[in-house]
Amino acid sequence: MAVAIDVKGLRKSYDDVEAVRGIDLSVEAGAVFALLGPNGAGKTTTVEILEGFRARTAGEVTVLGFDPARRERAMRAQIGIVLQSTGVDPYLTVAETVELYRGYYPSPRPLDEVIEVVGLEEKRDTRVLKLSGGQQRRLDVAIALAGDPRLLFLDEPTTGFDPGARRNAWQVVKNLQALGKTIFLTTHYMDEAQYLANRVAVIARGEIVAEGPPGSLGGRDLARTLIRFRVPDGAEELPQVGATPGADGMLEIHAEDPTRVLYELTSWAVQRGRSLEGLEVVRPTLEDVYLELTGAEEGRT
Amino acid sequence: MSTAGLTLRQVRFTNKAFWRNPASAFFTFAFPLMFLVIFTALLGNGHLRLGGMEIRQSTYYVAAMAAFSVITACYTNIAISVTFQRDAGVLKRTRGTPLPAWAYLTGRVIHAVIVAILLVILCAAFGRGFYHAHVPSGVTLWKFAVILLVGAASFAALGLAVTAVIPNADASPAVVNATILPLLFLSGIFIPLGDDAPAWIRWVGRLFPVRHFADGMSAGFLGLPFKWNDVLIVAAWGVAGLMLAARSFSWEPRR
Repeated sequence: MAVAIDVKGLRKSYDDVEAVRGIDLSVEAGAVFALLGPNGAGKTTTVEILEGFRARTAGEVTVLGFDPARRERAMRAQIGIVLQSTGVDPYLTVAETVELYRGYYPSPRPLDEVIEVVGLEEKRDTRVLKLSGGQQRRLDVAIALAGDPRLLFLDEPTTGFDPGARRNAWQVVKNLQALGKTIFLTTHYMDEAQYLANRVAVIARGEIVAEGPPGSLGGRDLARTLIRFRVPDGAEELPQVGATPGADGMLEIHAEDPTRVLYELTSWAVQRGRSLEGLEVVRPTLEDVYLELTGAEEGRT
Repeated sequence: MSTAGLTLRQVRFTNKAFWRNPASAFFTFAFPLMFLVIFTALLGNGHLRLGGMEIRQSTYYVAAMAAFSVITACYTNIAISVTFQRDAGVLKRTRGTPLPAWAYLTGRVIHAVIVAILLVILCAAFGRGFYHAHVPSGVTLWKFAVILLVGAASFAALGLAVTAVIPNADASPAVVNATILPLLFLSGIFIPLGDDAPAWIRWVGRLFPVRHFADGMSAGFLGLPFKWNDVLIVAAWGVAGLMLAARSFSWEPRR
């Protein structure tokens, strides 16, 4: 598949601080790629270099075949940008605003279609200053879509949203993906990356610390599964599982072969007519992996 | 779309938003007209001598307020509204689209010039209707049009330039007024400067563009001799403003 974004050895320094320290990224056309990391990790610096807002200090960057540092109109005509905080004229209506931005592009998307994708049909003739925060954010996405871009950048699209608004925003991103757009998003929410992205790169202190599909990020698919239950009375008969119960009577087993261990445990219990209270089988969440990968950063912020 | 088409489109949308914003419509549009009515009503009955001619003070104010309108519509309005747009992130967003930067800025300047022309026409109609002001015609009208366009464009360029030193939107009215209000007073816009004005005040008038622009406007309304020198000095300030804006204009909030 074609590559939409290719980054090699990207570095960016501000005065004496190195915000991005040599990162490599590759985003395939049609994919949803999430750059995940805590605040101050270098996400926005990276995405703004890709968008052409910032000059890089070193490295190679190609976006849709262009070098974004050259700020060519032809590149800007094919990308859509949702920045972290941007405004529009508060006195224009939703439809007028989208229409204004449509006019900048060689082959814009039909006005009504753009408004529909972000679900602002009912607010079509409402002035921007009367929109809620979530609606304004959806208008941001509508503006980014106005030119029918091949590639969309979403910089922390749901930061500050309530859970309902986040779900709506996620649906919008799913709609965009269905339209075949390549999406590059930054986020510091694990669930967002997991729900939306085909591929995730975790950035911390300006470096990529892990990269891959969300299901196997940081060896998550290979990590040992945790089996946990309350030890029943008469536990001395329990099959040998290589662990001792904690003070609360809960036994935790880190199993490399959870299928076999579970079989032994459950068949033992069923044969004796007992139950394993509070039985849980837990895989490490993306959050666990993320906290482990970005751990040193947490103490700083 | 052609770039000229894009610019005109930009003017149309800027205009739409301008009239819906009560603050910009009031301060840019109604304010100078209000001043005109107040000054002429309050001080319009006297006479003053300018360039060897006896002039009704009310007529003087028609010319002075026409100049004030242009400065408000171009310098003040552009400096404040562009700073607000910059801090709200509108400029940065626009910069991420294929719209050429100059098309955006030219659109704003053209819009300000149109508002300025409209205000001058209203001042002229008011002066003509109530205070027998001389309305430029014939060759004078052409010269008047030149100083008006050069002045409006120059003050708009200076408005863009001053955004480079305005730290944030909250500070913009303060910075803009601190730069323009003393000049308006020292250039005889609110209080006519007689020939006996202190020398340093007359030097301020000679150095800065406000007095020259007001003189050019007066030439049209009062029938005083028109000096191309005024046009040149105003234009020089405009070019300097444009060069400063080109060097230091910021598309992102300066935080």
